[in-house]
Amino acid sequence: MINAVGRDIPEEILQITGKEVFQGNHYRDGYTYKKDGPMTKCVVNNTDSKLVENIHEVLVKCGIKDGMTLGFHHHFREGDYIVNMVMEEVHKMGIKDITICASSLGKAHDPIVPYIEDGTITNIQSSGVRGKIGQAISEGKLKGLAIMRSHGGRVRAIESGETRIDIAFIGAPTCDDYGNCRGIGGKSDCGVLSYAMVDGDYADKVVAITDCLVPFPNFPAHISMTKVDYVVVVDAIGDPKKIATGAAKPTTDMRKLMMADYCTQFVVNTPYFKDGFSYQTGVGGASIASTISLAKIMKERNIRMRFGVGGLTKPMCDLLINGQVDCLLDTQDFDLAAVESVKNLKHFRISAGEYADPFNKGAVVNKLDFVILAALEVDVNFNCNVVVGSDGVITGAQGGHPDTAAGAKCTIVIAPLLQGRIPAICSEVTTVTTPGESIDVVITDYGIAINPKRQDLIECMKDVDLPFKTIEELRDIAYSIVGEPEKVQFTDKVVGIIEARDGTIMDVVRQIKPFHFAE
Amino acid sequence: MMNANKKRLRRTMMFLNAQKPSLIKDPYIYKPDSIMLDLEDAVAENQKDAARFSLYHALQEIDYRGCERVVRINGLDSPYWKEDIRCSVAGGCDAIRIPKTERAEDVKLVEAEVIAAEKEFNIPEGRTLIMAAIESARGVMRSLDICESSERLFGIALSGGDYTKDLQTHITGTGLELMGARQNMIIAARAAGVQCFDTVYTNLDDMEGFRKDVETIHLMGFDGKSIINPRQISIVHEIFTPSQKDIIFAEKVVKEIDEKKALGIGVFTVDGKMIDIAFYDGAKRTIDLAKASGVYKGDL
Repeated sequence: MINAVGRDIPEEILQITGKEVFQGNHYRDGYTYKKDGPMTKCVVNNTDSKLVENIHEVLVKCGIKDGMTLGFHHHFREGDYIVNMVMEEVHKMGIKDITICASSLGKAHDPIVPYIEDGTITNIQSSGVRGKIGQAISEGKLKGLAIMRSHGGRVRAIESGETRIDIAFIGAPTCDDYGNCRGIGGKSDCGVLSYAMVDGDYADKVVAITDCLVPFPNFPAHISMTKVDYVVVVDAIGDPKKIATGAAKPTTDMRKLMMADYCTQFVVNTPYFKDGFSYQTGVGGASIASTISLAKIMKERNIRMRFGVGGLTKPMCDLLINGQVDCLLDTQDFDLAAVESVKNLKHFRISAGEYADPFNKGAVVNKLDFVILAALEVDVNFNCNVVVGSDGVITGAQGGHPDTAAGAKCTIVIAPLLQGRIPAICSEVTTVTTPGESIDVVITDYGIAINPKRQDLIECMKDVDLPFKTIEELRDIAYSIVGEPEKVQFTDKVVGIIEARDGTIMDVVRQIKPFHFAE
Repeated sequence: MMNANKKRLRRTMMFLNAQKPSLIKDPYIYKPDSIMLDLEDAVAENQKDAARFSLYHALQEIDYRGCERVVRINGLDSPYWKEDIRCSVAGGCDAIRIPKTERAEDVKLVEAEVIAAEKEFNIPEGRTLIMAAIESARGVMRSLDICESSERLFGIALSGGDYTKDLQTHITGTGLELMGARQNMIIAARAAGVQCFDTVYTNLDDMEGFRKDVETIHLMGFDGKSIINPRQISIVHEIFTPSQKDIIFAEKVVKEIDEKKALGIGVFTVDGKMIDIAFYDGAKRTIDLAKASGVYKGDL
């Protein structure tokens, strides 16, 4: 069945998943449902300890068995040790048919690929995957379907009961013996635990794993003892060097600076750029550079930001330090400056649900004026791909891309026209991950295209001296330079689905096959 | 034979290693007036042929969107320069830059090879211009000869690194050590009616120093500056763009002179300043520069 972004979703997939095809961003607005709830084992006595000796023992206590779903968060990013240490033990115990429901998976988790191959792991639900897991899924090695869903989409899936997490493992930088977890402190400081909060709320069993046990009470807790069944202390839950890096030096790459400058000029010429505006940006060089240049203009024009959202980095936290923003709403910290900033009284931790869940009574993304995003590919219908590489292999993550793009009043995607020799602006993206209806502007090094559905933005830019072009013109320039690439070739086998925020199917990912040249 | 491009606007000439596809594939997006594809110092001795190959195909295949393509060939004391010229002319470059030029004969030697290459590859005669880099005390002292050596020569450029070595000093950042060369060269270039370009500024961490350097050479009368990074472009273009005040005055001067000439009046005043025909060319140049910089929308 053809969906609202023109993708043909096989009937068989609709049947297996019980899902509908994507029918537009607001298709489920007003949808009413009863939230799922976790099975809770009460702790009434005051004698039992929640401390458990090791991972093996906690798996036994949680009743690990074939076919269970395990939850993980990705606040330790490429420094995460939790997924590998848990799955290694699950594998040793001979458990099969596990579904991993992670907020994201990266190259740090390459070691679990053999467990995909031997059937220990048969399903993966994640914002995205990189490295060898992506390769394995794209080669058809995962027995079940991979489900790629946004950060908001994951909360929706769990809250609605579509995904029931049997055991959630929460890597906690600090934790007390009764399970009060904080993202702050310890040697694996990640600042916040936003993505894990829904796991705490909805998983049947919740296990806190820490390498820094602190005296009770570890308050204020980011995830409360009232939700945690067991606590395991291990030597290390992550590699601090890869959890939060030193603040990236602002880029000196003129191409990125130029795109950042276009972005800033665009932003300040919209009607949304006024005192009290709100803003979110990613961690790419151009995004960070545009935050820096925007801060200068805010200062010159005496304009304050009401709130900034992230995925935070130093330049956003500097706005708070310099009094240019009233507060920051934080779901994840990418550098040490952001981790440090969490201590600021106006730097608020929010849950992934508060951030982006489309199935609650209103998320922060709906209040955004601007979001600055990146993309691997954008097509002439403004559909974006942030998950599947131009080689057809899953190699990225949706993150909050579809959530913020749908919510913000002005969604800007920055992408260089050419990624190496691959056109980033094309006739049709390999895979649709964010629908074109969410994307208002695409900024490239060769020019800027405004989505024709935003005639209001086109109108207010008519006297602005920026290199405006149509999206088709940008594509044509890209093709004139590197040619129109042959399409990646896939088998018919569907290996994964790209889930829209509301749980409908945006697109499918098929198994790759060796390229066959036409005669 | 007068090539219409000889007097074109050349505020920025950006050095790029001709062997690096990532650099030469689309430098025009930064809008330098000229790019200078280097076959000389940036390319290792054993990579000269590979660089020529890359250069030829870039010149043939890439639409540089109006950006002038100058090729810096290897020195006349090397075994490479003749083949460099063949390859550049065959590719269709706009100009050849001669390094280490010390005498008018150097330019004539290059000119002869360029003419031969234009014939060999059926390039319209006179299409390929020449510029000369001055890199020694001797070159500076012979600037006027060099400037007047060929109809194809559109300008001379100072190469500060080698020049200061020859002078037994070094780049100080003050401009003191370059003062004599700059002054000599700009006077020679103006006497011969060709353009004059300043040397690179290599400290990319000191953009304020770069700005001061550009302001100095702009005041001295230079036509533009060699640059090594696209981040330097906007600063040069900003400094070389006439102010609105200058543009308005120049427009009045041109219009008044045209008008008064018809009435037989030679000397008059504009905004309280005495004006005569001697102001005409300067005012025209201001208007042309303003047009090229995209800040003049008038009818002149």
